Amino acid sequence: MTVMTGDEKHGPSATSTLDVLWVLYDQVLRVSPDTAGDPGRDRFLLSKGHGPAAYYAVLAAKGFFPESWLASFGSASSPLGYHPDRSLVPGVEIASGSLGHGLPLGVGLAHGLLARGLSGPRVYVLVGDAELDEGSNNEAIVYAGAVGLPNLTVVAVDNQSSSYGWGPGGIEAHFAVSGWSAMRVPGRDHAALASAFRVTSAPDAGPQLVVATVEGKA
Amino acid sequence: MCADMRTVFAAETSALLEEDPLAAVVLAEISADLFAKAAARHPERVLNVGIREQLMVSVGGGLALAGMRPIVHTYAPFLVERAFEQVKLDLAHQDVHAVLVSIGASYDAARSGRTHQAPEDVALMDSVPGFSVVVPGHPGEVPALLREAVGTLDAGSTYMRLSTEANAEARPVWPGLQVVRSGRRAVVVAVGPMLSPVLDAVADLDVTVAYATTVRPFDAEGLRTLASSGAVVLVEPYLAGTSAFAVASALASRPHRLLSLGVGREEVRRYGTPADHAAWHGLDAAGIRRSVTRFLGLS
Repeated sequence: MTVMTGDEKHGPSATSTLDVLWVLYDQVLRVSPDTAGDPGRDRFLLSKGHGPAAYYAVLAAKGFFPESWLASFGSASSPLGYHPDRSLVPGVEIASGSLGHGLPLGVGLAHGLLARGLSGPRVYVLVGDAELDEGSNNEAIVYAGAVGLPNLTVVAVDNQSSSYGWGPGGIEAHFAVSGWSAMRVPGRDHAALASAFRVTSAPDAGPQLVVATVEGKA
Repeated sequence: MCADMRTVFAAETSALLEEDPLAAVVLAEISADLFAKAAARHPERVLNVGIREQLMVSVGGGLALAGMRPIVHTYAPFLVERAFEQVKLDLAHQDVHAVLVSIGASYDAARSGRTHQAPEDVALMDSVPGFSVVVPGHPGEVPALLREAVGTLDAGSTYMRLSTEANAEARPVWPGLQVVRSGRRAVVVAVGPMLSPVLDAVADLDVTVAYATTVRPFDAEGLRTLASSGAVVLVEPYLAGTSAFAVASALASRPHRLLSLGVGREEVRRYGTPADHAAWHGLDAAGIRRSVTRFLGLS
């Protein structure tokens, strides 16, 4: 990550997601460079497209593209921008940056996989706690809970950056009241994260939320 | 009396759902009653997300990411204006495709007032890369245009604009300008349901009338062929001037004059009927005639 310079504004945003991303790509997601076009792959959607340095670093480490791409981050000739673009970067499932789009897209993607008879793959959407301010997420949270989408996991990286927060009970209470199963784990604890994602793989469950607590922005 | 465009659209879409296992419909309550039978047969492909238009468009984008062919439908202001960033980012920027089908064109909902009117819809959709824009002029034209839009989803998205206004009769549809009658002094391009009032307006004038259902891409080559007089009148059932730049681009290499008729920019704070609004915007036959004769120096 240290070779990607210039986007320091998004530094806290980038580092908050690093452990979650590593655990997902290293232990959870059934996707690799060889299966990046396979209809049966798991889908990871980085909804919070801000600060994608950690995302790029993990994708490079897993071989989706050469590590040599990282140093030119944000330059005219680089496919790696300050917000990722699925049309430019191998392994990137959605273009994101504007907040509040990944989860609603993930709801449609989860529906679409089921409609195609693909009950194996799962859709994972990473959102930030402040991103949940966007009302479009609320549309998706209530709807996905009501229809009980079984193949959708949201991981909310909570670095307490929302100005108004979610009040008593936190983010997980907001999802739980809409019918999601929800749990909170330490966002730097790889074993705890991996175990939380395994719990969410129960076949009869509705949509699943994992809140990953990380330290607040300095 | 034959069914209106919305009813024909729902019936044809229901048939497409039977034929194409990748076709899907996303609704936000509007028209859900017309899709009840289809939803019972294909619950995994007929999705009503409730009164959530942002989610409706995003779900369309997500379905397309999964390889489906989504048809997304609701009232024009809620489909295009309320969820515009979703159209821009969750369809166009993701480089995935959908067919967006609106009802409630311009002042169809005259009695409902401004909240239910979006004559700016085509101008907005025109700013999104990769969208065709189709404006049927008669319910009988809807099935072929819908099938064309769904059938070409691999190549791009389509915005289809349905209206309760309709021409006296359906015409064969094709992508280019269609000559309805020929004359020498000007070419009058009538878009969708504007054809009948245009034909009434210019019945005794020496002008060509060309009919368009597909306005994006605009048939520039066809216009160059028909605009030998250099005088062009554009009659569009949405915001006046929406296609003016397309005409200007098509005729950039030659002197020409353009009159753009359509719905005015000012908000009309009155209710009434679509016919009332057509008259107030100068889009009834009398109003079109007034504008055209003045433009040609005949009055």
